[in-house]
Amino acid sequence: MYEIVEKNKLAPEIFHFEVKAPEIAAKAQAGHFLILRAVEKAERIPLTIADYDREQGTIDIVVQEVGYSSQQICDFEEGEAFLDVVAPLGNPIETEDYDRVICVAGGLGAAPLYPKVKSLVDHGAEVTTILGAQRAEKLIWEDRFADLSEDLYIATDDGSRGTEGFVTNVLEELLSEDNDYDAVIAIGPMIMMQAVSDLTAEYDLKTIVSLNTLMVDGTGMCGGCRVTVGEETKFACVDGPAFDGHEVDFEEQRRRKKFYEEHEEEIEEHHVGGEGCRVQAK
Amino acid sequence: MSKQSRTEMEELDPRVRVNNFAEVAQGYTPEQAVKEAKRCLQCADPKCMEGCPVQIDIPDFIELIAEEKFDAAAEKIKEKNNLPAICGRVCPQEDQCELKCVLESTGEPIAIGRLERFAANYGEDEVTKPVQDKGKVAVVGAGPAGLTAAADLAKMGYKVTVFESFHEAGGVLKYGIPEFRLPKEVVQEEIDQIKKLGVEIQLNKVVGKIKSVDELMEQEGYQAVFVGTGAGLPKFLGLEGENLNGVYSANEFLTRVNLMKAYKFPEYKTPVYVGNKVAVIGGGNVAMDAARTALRLGAEESMIVYRRSREQMPAREEEIEHAEEEGIQFQLLRNPTKILGNEDGFVTGLECIKMELGEPDDSGRRRPIAIEGSEFEMDADMVIMAIGQNPNPILLDDSPEIETTDWGTIKTDEVGQTTKEGVFAGGDIVTGAATVIEAMGAGKDAAEAIDEYIQSKDDN
Ligand SMILES: Cc1cc2nc3c(=O)[nH]c(=O)nc-3n(C[C@H](O)[C@H](O)[C@H](O)COP(=O)(O)OP(=O)(O)OC[C@H]3O[C@@H](n4cnc5c(N)ncnc54)[C@H](O)[C@@H]3O)c2cc1C
Ligand SMILES: Cc1cc2nc3c(=O)[nH]c(=O)nc-3n(C[C@H](O)[C@H](O)[C@H](O)COP(=O)(O)OP(=O)(O)OC[C@H]3O[C@@H](n4cnc5c(N)ncnc54)[C@H](O)[C@@H]3O)c2cc1C
Ligand code: SF4
Ligand code: SF4
Ligand code: FES
Repeated sequence: MYEIVEKNKLAPEIFHFEVKAPEIAAKAQAGHFLILRAVEKAERIPLTIADYDREQGTIDIVVQEVGYSSQQICDFEEGEAFLDVVAPLGNPIETEDYDRVICVAGGLGAAPLYPKVKSLVDHGAEVTTILGAQRAEKLIWEDRFADLSEDLYIATDDGSRGTEGFVTNVLEELLSEDNDYDAVIAIGPMIMMQAVSDLTAEYDLKTIVSLNTLMVDGTGMCGGCRVTVGEETKFACVDGPAFDGHEVDFEEQRRRKKFYEEHEEEIEEHHVGGEGCRVQAK
Repeated sequence: MSKQSRTEMEELDPRVRVNNFAEVAQGYTPEQAVKEAKRCLQCADPKCMEGCPVQIDIPDFIELIAEEKFDAAAEKIKEKNNLPAICGRVCPQEDQCELKCVLESTGEPIAIGRLERFAANYGEDEVTKPVQDKGKVAVVGAGPAGLTAAADLAKMGYKVTVFESFHEAGGVLKYGIPEFRLPKEVVQEEIDQIKKLGVEIQLNKVVGKIKSVDELMEQEGYQAVFVGTGAGLPKFLGLEGENLNGVYSANEFLTRVNLMKAYKFPEYKTPVYVGNKVAVIGGGNVAMDAARTALRLGAEESMIVYRRSREQMPAREEEIEHAEEEGIQFQLLRNPTKILGNEDGFVTGLECIKMELGEPDDSGRRRPIAIEGSEFEMDADMVIMAIGQNPNPILLDDSPEIETTDWGTIKTDEVGQTTKEGVFAGGDIVTGAATVIEAMGAGKDAAEAIDEYIQSKDDN
């Protein structure tokens, strides 16, 4: 069991958990993720290791309620424990060979972006960060990014903080003035990572995105996390989750994420309607 | 007596069983078991034993059943086989012990597997934990190979820790082979017995990620490591349309249904998509399991698409027959060339090419050859790829000293020693996808080799 030592609400529907897991904390690096099964009957849910403290033996996750399983995780309280956590999974991200990098986060993407920014700065890079959200109250960890970044820009869809509009508006402005950067790292919704990649392609600027595909095992055994990268099929869990944004087939990924839409509705009905358990009927 | 024919075993009616996940084969009653056991000739030179990779003393345990000493029969089997309830169900007996039985030529060999399954219901539940003071051994992977090695080493007096990446032990027995062929409760009971021997199983631990083989040996004091990580990497054909929604690897489909219990969705929260018309590509046990599972989940039609003919299908005869009885359709001598989809990215059909059989290939089976220009389309809203698995590379990527073959399997000598000192391997990770009992045989051999290795080191 993996005990929750601290829980904070970061924004509406977004929670931060600090979880006791000394063995994982000892091995975690920026870019790693974990798979969590909250209770016996739950799904296995992939989440980024957003931070870790080797001395305390804890790891951090930030979870956004988007469907049943993520809500179930967010209902856990301090002192309670998750049933299963397997980690570290995936490949750590390369952060050593950069001097100047722009890091872009959309919404919840700020959490998985954070360890990368931290690692880049630790390795001497100068980081410019762009944080985007629908509205001001949905921004997370602004203070943490402010501490680490050379420059921090904010964009909100409704203009309630920073620039009104998308992160790509800010990015475009920055790049049009000065595109002497080594790379862009973008994490957020597929559509946002796609937009960033399309933009940076015009500047021929290396772009790394982190894909949040559907997953089951996270160890290369199921192929459920398939993604086409540069015409080749890759497994996001073992080949990624970070990939060259200019090579990823985002359209395919967006379609794949709709695979279980009907089932998601069925789970909601099952719980809201309280009909009891029906064997999966088509 | 030998003229008597094999005692039949009850099976659930195919019309009923396609609607549930209950076990198809019902097992012998005591009367049936005794009757079958009495047919055994008790050969002085029992050929049957040559066919058993773990060398069970077959005539002896059968004689004990004939004498109605069921507990003793169970003990006899357990001297050699820690997982009798599992082997009795899923061993390809017709190619192993029963193939070698002297009565095979009459077409009525002794039903050794059914008797073994029967005996597994008996015997002492109370296992005494052996004294474990001979040293520490780590086992990676809790499939049949790893569990067998662990149990044998524990019995020899080693303190054994098994590291398993999933949240449950059992390997393919839990995530691959479906409930209706091998109830998960049976698997768990056998695993619990192994735990009672003092074997510690650490779940959610991916070796190569959370710790390396070197760390196990150098920092945690394990004197030897057994690698039984299986062949878990699904193969795809590289066809156009393979990433459409509705295309699964058999591994993913079966893992969702078996391990994550998607057949009890939405009580269990892992969903699985099931089409109305399901095409399973392949002709092995895995393909049969996938096709039969899809039918049970409500598919209107479930078919096997296989590029050779029925005789060459690698699946067990019993599985093919069960599949036929349940109404699985067989599209033989057909090979998919493309998967068709709609604008939302869901599967709508398959393009296949017709095949004919040519000269025998390396495996002795006649090679399938595509008939030029014979492409045709068929409807399908779900496609499951069951064309084999490759060895799981996670641990190996992290331990380059363990050499592999061109197929990605681990190189070992005949007792399982790898190219890295103190590291042994066995099961599908060495042979490529094979059988439960061969994996167990390899685990057994390696356990002995590990004992010898540690003892010889201690002597110096
Ligand atoms: C490597 C990796 C790292 C991730 N890191 C984090 C993280 O740090 N924090 C976090 O909150 N989430 C993260 N995710 C996403 C998280 O796994 C999903 O949000 C979660 O599985 C959704 O489950 P659900 O049952 O609550 O929602 P569902 O009911 O399955 O889905 C609800 C809605 O969310 C969409 N959705 C489903 N799966 C995903 C997904 N994988 N990513 C995005 N949207 C999805 C669906 O299309 C649907 O619209 C990560 C995913 C991966 C693969
Ligand atoms: C659907 C299906 C049906 C089958 N039907 C039959 C049948 O009827 N009869 C028969 O004899 N055989 C059958 N087989 C084949 C048989 O199941 C395998 O040959 C056998 O399970 C191999 O055993 P193993 O111990 O080598 O590997 P596995 O059973 O694959 O176990 C390997 C274990 O190692 C774990 N693992 C992998 N990597 C790591 C790591 N880095 N760290 C920690 N743990 C790790 C895996 O999670 C897994 O639990 C079937 C296989 C499948 C897939
Ligand atoms: S373990 Fe398998 S091969 Fe050996 S006797 Fe039993 S059924 Fe036959
Ligand atoms: S070969 Fe057949 S008849 Fe002879 S001992 Fe073995 S099972 Fe009995
Ligand atoms: S999640 Fe199963 S292969 Fe990646």
